[in-house]
Formats: sequence, C-alpha cells, structure tokens
Amino acid sequence: MNTYMTILIGSLLVNNFVMNKFLGICPFLGVSKKFDTALGMGMAVTFVMTAASFVTWIVNEFLLLPFDLAYMQTIAYILVIAVLVQIVEMALKKLSPSLYQALGVYLPLITTNCAVLGVAILNTDEGYNLLESTFNGFCAALGFTLAMLLFACIREKLSLAKMPKWMDGFPGALITAGLMAIAFQGFGGLI
Amino acid sequence: MAKNKKPTFLSVFLNGLIFENPTFALMLGMCPTLAITIAGSNGLGMGLATTAVLVCSNLLISILRNVIPDKVRIPAFIVVIASFVTMIDLLLKAYIPALSASLGMYIPLIVVNCIIFARAESFAFKNPPVLSIADGLGMGLGFTFAITLLSCIRELIGAGKLFGVEVIRLVLEAGTNWINATFNLELVAPVYQPMAIMTQVPGGFVTLGILLILVNAISNAAKKKAAAKEVQA
Repeated sequence: MNTYMTILIGSLLVNNFVMNKFLGICPFLGVSKKFDTALGMGMAVTFVMTAASFVTWIVNEFLLLPFDLAYMQTIAYILVIAVLVQIVEMALKKLSPSLYQALGVYLPLITTNCAVLGVAILNTDEGYNLLESTFNGFCAALGFTLAMLLFACIREKLSLAKMPKWMDGFPGALITAGLMAIAFQGFGGLI
Repeated sequence: MAKNKKPTFLSVFLNGLIFENPTFALMLGMCPTLAITIAGSNGLGMGLATTAVLVCSNLLISILRNVIPDKVRIPAFIVVIASFVTMIDLLLKAYIPALSASLGMYIPLIVVNCIIFARAESFAFKNPPVLSIADGLGMGLGFTFAITLLSCIRELIGAGKLFGVEVIRLVLEAGTNWINATFNLELVAPVYQPMAIMTQVPGGFVTLGILLILVNAISNAAKKKAAAKEVQA
C-alpha cells in the first residue's frame, strides 16, 4: 500500500509531469485557453496514458525482453501509443463531436505528447510491475490534468486583463507557468 | 520575402534558420527546449542530435513520398522517425556516454518532438529530397541555436558557468587582480552567488518567456521599418 501512496503523491504533485519534468508542454500551452477544452484534453490524455502504461508493460515483458529486443523499445512503444490515440479519436468522434471539434489538431497530436511516451519509458526504467505501472500512468495523467486545469483557470482570468502588447499570448503564458512552477516546487519536501 | 520566387536550397535553409525559427516563431518542440537547457553542452548536444534525426527523416520521407499512401502516412512517419532516434540513441550511448547520461530519457523522447513530425508532414511529404535536406538542416540548426542560447543564459545565471567553465568567477578574479595591480590595492574578488532557480523548472519557463518578448519586440520593429520603407517608396 505504501508504494501506491508514494506513487500517488509523487506523480501527482512532487514530480508533476508538466511542472517538474517538462513533459507535455505543447498541449499544456496549446489547449489551455479555455477550461472546458482543457478538461476534455486532460480526460483524453488520462485515458491514453493509463492504457499506454498497461499495454507497454505487457509488450515490454512478453515481447521485448524474451526476444532480447530491448533496443526496439522506442519504436514498439510509440506504435502502441499511436494505435491507442487512433482508438480514442474514433470513439470521441462518435460520442462527443463537439469535444472532438474543440480539441481539433491536438487530438492526433496526443501521439506526439511526450507525457505519454515519457510515462512508458519511466515505468520501464523504474522497474514497476503491471499494477504499479498502470497506477503510475493514471496518477501522472491526473497530475498533468491538474496542472492544465489550474493553468486554464488562470489564463481565462488573464485574457480579461489588459496586458502589454508584447507580452500577450505565449510570453505571458510562459511567465505565468513559471510562477506556477515555483508554487509546485513547494511540494518538493513531501517525499 | 522570397515567397513568389522558386524555393532554392539557400532560401529554404534560411527560412528554417531565421524567418520560421521552430522555437521562436513556430513554438514547436517545447519539451526538450525547456527540460534539458540547464547547461550549454546539453543544449548543443540535444540540438545536434535533433538536427541529425530531422535531416535523415526528412530525406527518407521525401524519397518515399510517392510510395507512402496518404492514409497511413502518420504511422509511416512515426516508424521512420523512431528508427533514426533509436540509431542516434545507441550511437550516443556508445561514443558520448557522458552526454547520453545527462540527457537521459529525453533522447528517446526526440521521437515525439513536434518539430520533426511537423516538418515531415508539412514539408518533406510535399517536396523533393534536396529541398527537404535544406529544410531539415535549417530547422535543425535554428532549433540548435535557440536551445543553445537558452541553455547558455540559464547556465550563466544559474550556475555562473558557460559550457562547464566558471566564467563569472574567472572574470571577477581577473578584474580584481587587474585593479589591484594598477592601483596597488589589496581587494578580495567578490563572490558570485548563483541564482539556482534559473537552472530549475521555473527559470526555464521565465527565461523562454523573456526571450520571446525580446524576439517579438525585434521582429515588430523590423516589420515597422519595412512598412515605413514601403510607404516612402
């Protein structure tokens, strides 16, 4: 039980993927203008990351290791992720066309979201078992969603404020993210 | 700009290096840009590794562009890119283990660097091989330039070093020695207290934000100048 608590706190807050590891910055900056799209993106990424952690563990344990193919790790993992994203895309298109529209180009780009491949590689490096891997994927994705939702709230307010022209858009967003990262550093001593 | 003219090797190269710089203008590949830019050597190594992958994948995709069906192009790109990244990963592990260790998991993550993907989709898949190499070189070196600059700023302020050399301490000591020698004084060199936060996460975000503000200011000024010239003419 202790391990799971450590994984939960660690992946959610202390080693937050966005705020501590710089993984998944593209969607973090790209789809965080509105709370609703950020929430939708967070949910899609949560599903993909959890499923990817599960499937990549199986692929690694039963395919790559027995056949001595560990050097094929990157290729195998990215293919698994691409397939999963394709499934999510088809499901969303049927179930929630409005969200599908709102996410736009960022949906297929989940494939190239470093957070997804990152969590798969981290799981392998840490030597987690199947359950721990899946749980870690889920927690890391929750951490990603948390950071993105907080950031979206700030940006919604920020868009109403009058900013100097040269700071509008990305530069302002980056400096806001920097301040948020300082806040997240406060969790540093928890583990 | 040279938009109406036929693209040449040089114009495509310069376009990637300056006008559409992947970091400052297109905002692509943010994760490595922020994550590994804590030391100049890291930035340079990452930039060159990415450039190598980008040139190779652009070339191969451009050669295969008439063979790959439109519908499965994305998986095809991914496999091509992932193969080259694996090669670079293994080469770095074998020949530059120190760099490989300090970049860690960010080397396999080159696969998901949006720059490479975006150039395959928007350039290499539509253009002949020679131009694609130019695009890869330009974009790659533009990226290298941007992240090396960012790393140097962060390393200088955050650790007082530049490519591992303690530049600030050496400059301060040399300066003090010079003053002591010319004015016959016995001053002690001031000690530089590094701002550790610059090499940590918040420093990455804030430094890139400030750099972008500068780039915006410069490009706006350049645009205004060009507009003023047109009015005059």
